[in-house]
Amino acid sequence: MNNLIDLEKKINSELTTKINKTSIKHNQIYIEIDKEDLIDVVLFLKTNKDTKFRQLIDITVVDYPEETQRFKIVYLFLSHEFNQRIILSYFINENELISTLTSVFPSANWMEREVFDMYGVNFKDHPDLRRILTDYGFEGHPLRKDFPLTGNSEVRYSEEKKKVINEPVKLEQNYRNFDYESPWEGTKYIKEISETNDKKN
Amino acid sequence: MTKKIKNLNLNFGPQHPAAHGVLRLILELDGEVVEKADPHIGLLHRGTEKLIENKTYMQAVPYFDRLDYVAPMNQEHAFALAIEKILNIDVPIRAQYIRVMFCEIGRILSHILNVTTQALDVGALTPSLWGFEERETLMTFYERASGSRLHANYFRAGGVHQDLPAGLENDIAKFCETFPKIINDLENLLTDNRIFKQRNVDIGLVTKDDALDYSFSGVMIRGSGIPWDLRKSQPYDCYDQLEFKIPVGKNGDCYDRYLCRIEEMKESVSIIKQCLARMEKGPIKTFDGKISPPPKAEIKQSMEALIHHFKLFTEGYRVPKDEIYTAVEAPKGEFGVYLISDGSSKPYKCKIRAPGFSHLQSMDYLIKGHMLADVPAVLGSLDIVFGEVDR
Repeated sequence: MNNLIDLEKKINSELTTKINKTSIKHNQIYIEIDKEDLIDVVLFLKTNKDTKFRQLIDITVVDYPEETQRFKIVYLFLSHEFNQRIILSYFINENELISTLTSVFPSANWMEREVFDMYGVNFKDHPDLRRILTDYGFEGHPLRKDFPLTGNSEVRYSEEKKKVINEPVKLEQNYRNFDYESPWEGTKYIKEISETNDKKN
Repeated sequence: MTKKIKNLNLNFGPQHPAAHGVLRLILELDGEVVEKADPHIGLLHRGTEKLIENKTYMQAVPYFDRLDYVAPMNQEHAFALAIEKILNIDVPIRAQYIRVMFCEIGRILSHILNVTTQALDVGALTPSLWGFEERETLMTFYERASGSRLHANYFRAGGVHQDLPAGLENDIAKFCETFPKIINDLENLLTDNRIFKQRNVDIGLVTKDDALDYSFSGVMIRGSGIPWDLRKSQPYDCYDQLEFKIPVGKNGDCYDRYLCRIEEMKESVSIIKQCLARMEKGPIKTFDGKISPPPKAEIKQSMEALIHHFKLFTEGYRVPKDEIYTAVEAPKGEFGVYLISDGSSKPYKCKIRAPGFSHLQSMDYLIKGHMLADVPAVLGSLDIVFGEVDR
């Protein structure tokens, strides 16, 4: 499909029951699905001759701690053939298992490991679900919104024990988060730059 | 008599000159043949994405320099484009040319480093000595434009930070005249070199299908014969007005990828020349005081400019609620930013899609059945920089 609107129609008609919502924004299609339909939808997008989303660009998660369905899982796909991008997403609860894409896209392996490492989302049947970016023996999931920016533990070399040890973070000064947000909106128009300054630009 | 043979596990890195950074590669060897490779990454993980969530949009830019630190401005470009698309602001044409020019300088920086260090990995010392001299020249261009050789912080939403200083355009033009000769010299040393070819031809083969399945991009996918370049297929800034070719490989081996990089450098020189020829005097960032800071002189005269300045450097500019994925063709491949804004002046979520991450992931697939000595050659041609892999 060369046209995004046609593609959106096509996806909606072929996968009617599986698609919750679609929209087109910034030259990309955003699709919301249910957790259970992931593999079916992805297989369709990958293999159908009118879509051919042959490449998985990335998998990521957005954390909304206040919501009941805490995590939004996001998949980005690219079709070289039709030069289009799709953003696929669904919501899950905190301790839900989700299915892995490694059987469809081998590159999902590390992306899912990263998601597991950073957000603690677990994948069913993943061949090798280990932490990937954080240190060996790390605890917690750093990109969750309730994980502190400074972390929970720090490492140092202990002269007495002659090895590198983990300790709870001790800050000389508390982490300061200045709140500069202001309700003041300011004016809407763009001010003309005066003549004299124009030369300097 | 039968003897029981056990495979040898070998730790390659984390401190190894051919690992191009801090890569711990656990290799399972059967004699000299690699049976399995398990890369352990994350030794340079700095939590960039977490930090960006806690910084305003303007404060987040320098983190992008520290991702792929051999071509810093290309990363900033992706972030700037993402914000510009959400805010729907136009970038002045001069700023577009400056940005594209510096992106191409970044591409040359990255490719010189990669080609020469790959040669170094397979035993040629001279190319790196010749290439690094040119990198030095290019980094002085970075320095003259942005104030620093590496961590530029130069591309801002709405344009670039400052206009080019006097004389820089001439010097870049001069460089464009002399640099093709250096590429030729490098080619004389490497392209037909028997040892270089023996070490690279038919090593690390990637088929078209696998290149897609393993999420390859950039030279890795073009080396396998797929003509895909975001500068052509999804042009951003002024790339659609420029003429350039996309070199495509045939066999998908390390040697083809090397050839692609050499050709891309030549194309980059031509793009820089075109930018210089078309660049006219004019504004270099949007005049919208809500997004880009006013000129210093203006602050001393105008109350409104002063308020804008103060607001921008304390609160920062606000970005309306939106969700976007923007990608640029960085030297290593598709570098993308998946940005979720919530209407405040800090990103709610900023996922960085680094090309090296998916390339390194395929290490096991690429190296299986190769000899141990091929590991540095394959690793070199993947073009890995740990700043972006580990983030």
